[in-house]
Amino acid sequence: MSRTNGPVTAIGSELQSYYGRPIVKEPVWEPAVAVYFFTGGIAGSCSVLHGVGRLARNDGLAKTALYVGAAADLVSPALLVSDLGRPERFLNMLRVFKITSPMSVGSWVLALSSGSSVLAAALELAGRLRPVKWAAELVSFVTGPALATYTGALVANTTIPAWSEARDELPLVFGASATASGGAATTLFAPAGTAGPARRAALLGAVAELALTRRMENRLGFAGEVYRQGEAGRYGRLAKACTAAGAALLASRGRRSGLAARAGAALVLAGGAALRFSVYRAGFQSARDPRYLVATQRERLQRATSR
Amino acid sequence: MSAPAAWPDTYGDEAKPRMGFFTDTSICIGCKACEVACKEWNLIPDDGRVWTGESYDNTSTLGANSWRHVAFVEQRKPLKVDGDAASVDAEPLRWLMESDVCKHCTHAGCLDACPTGALFRTEFGTVVVQQDVCNGCGYCVVACPFGVLDKRHLSRAPDDPAPTLPLLGKDEDGRVWKCTLCYDRLKGGHEPACAKSCPTDSIQFGEVEELRARADRRLEKLRAERWNGARLYGRDPDDGVGGFGAFFLLLDEPEVYGLPPDPVVPTTHLPKLWRTTALAAAGVVAAIATAFVGGRS
Repeated sequence: MSRTNGPVTAIGSELQSYYGRPIVKEPVWEPAVAVYFFTGGIAGSCSVLHGVGRLARNDGLAKTALYVGAAADLVSPALLVSDLGRPERFLNMLRVFKITSPMSVGSWVLALSSGSSVLAAALELAGRLRPVKWAAELVSFVTGPALATYTGALVANTTIPAWSEARDELPLVFGASATASGGAATTLFAPAGTAGPARRAALLGAVAELALTRRMENRLGFAGEVYRQGEAGRYGRLAKACTAAGAALLASRGRRSGLAARAGAALVLAGGAALRFSVYRAGFQSARDPRYLVATQRERLQRATSR
Repeated sequence: MSAPAAWPDTYGDEAKPRMGFFTDTSICIGCKACEVACKEWNLIPDDGRVWTGESYDNTSTLGANSWRHVAFVEQRKPLKVDGDAASVDAEPLRWLMESDVCKHCTHAGCLDACPTGALFRTEFGTVVVQQDVCNGCGYCVVACPFGVLDKRHLSRAPDDPAPTLPLLGKDEDGRVWKCTLCYDRLKGGHEPACAKSCPTDSIQFGEVEELRARADRRLEKLRAERWNGARLYGRDPDDGVGGFGAFFLLLDEPEVYGLPPDPVVPTTHLPKLWRTTALAAAGVVAAIATAFVGGRS
């Protein structure tokens, strides 16, 4: 947009700005946070896969999901701590619990879920303290779904137009993507003959991810345009291509061929990672240009006065 | 309608009247004494000198190292609306100046979002960051409807002492900073540095209730004098942030000054957002349970 103080024309209305400068700040988060959205999703849905696997007495799959989830649970807090301005103060996250802050709720969920998954995996490996392991598995199973989805609420609960305007879909999109990624990651490592549920979870998640992303982009108004532009657009198209190709491969040949199942899973994983980066970059792009915020708020004001 | 949560009730006998600013931009002369006084009193570091070419504004925006920012707007608009002698000129010109600051919202997005409790509501009803608690997570930065808060980046000189704990190679202060409404000065019974230094009383400090009444009288006067575009911004306790503790009299739409036209605290939508998240979590469990139908292979 022009750097003068004059009117800027967009969607048929005149939008004004202060020298084209942003109104809200761009996030100060580094790409580690987008990687965490991905690994946290894997960790959360693997906890669920593992728990349901135990209930269904598919122990081969359950153990794989436990180990894959625990690996993601080890990486996730490290990514978040590295993003802090003062990493040595990471424990301050657990000074308080605030339901008004998805970051606070998420810190507790991650601490519980990650701690219990890693403990359960370590005890499984060591073959000791079975009652403690069961308790840890239960905590991991209960907190897993929250870990897989709260990051959608985290970004939606902001003043960043591309995120806040998508608040009705982002937790669902992230949940679907987490299901796909967790299922796919488990499919990669599961012993032969046990991977069926993980593969079908990846397929279900991938289809839901594609459908929900499409619904989000169709419903979003002017601010939704950033999901199609620049880096966010490139990651978004990559995500759709990989996820669709992976889902097609899983559906058509995944049952018969282990190789096809693993290739499909790898594609679904790549799609999930690209989706998180697309959403992450869209936030920055929508904050950088004040038109998105002004247009959104002017439309809201118009609706309020015409009512 | 609304008072800030946790004020004054949590302070009991120590609660003070809610204090704030009324910034009347119609008498701002753009001297930037507020910016300088704020920097000096609060020991805010230099943030570089950039010549923007945007009128007289080289500060550009509020941030970690700018807690007052004077905006300069040059317009081909008459100072007064139709019929007045001042607007007869063929090419009218007006120069708007506005000293921006943290709004100390009644419902503060930064405060709701802060996961460490570093941000808190003071006994004066203002919002302050405790620098010994903040871990620089940056969530308040994206929760503010006005882009007020930011993380402070500071290069460490080669001979500066190394931090006591590893900062993972980060050359920065790493914490979030913003206007404290001179909490230390308020504690001592003084007015904030910016208001103290303002030569025209464009920045007025006082009890919010009293400032609102004063602003209403001022707006009435400017309207009677047919000033072009005069309006109050953030005075209404029923707006999306429950009214500002630091509000403004503007002479044009808020976005002309780089302010959001309809600020809403994100927390407004949070109850529904949590319900959506619960639905998503249930969906994850349902999808995975469904995936177990059909056996192991």
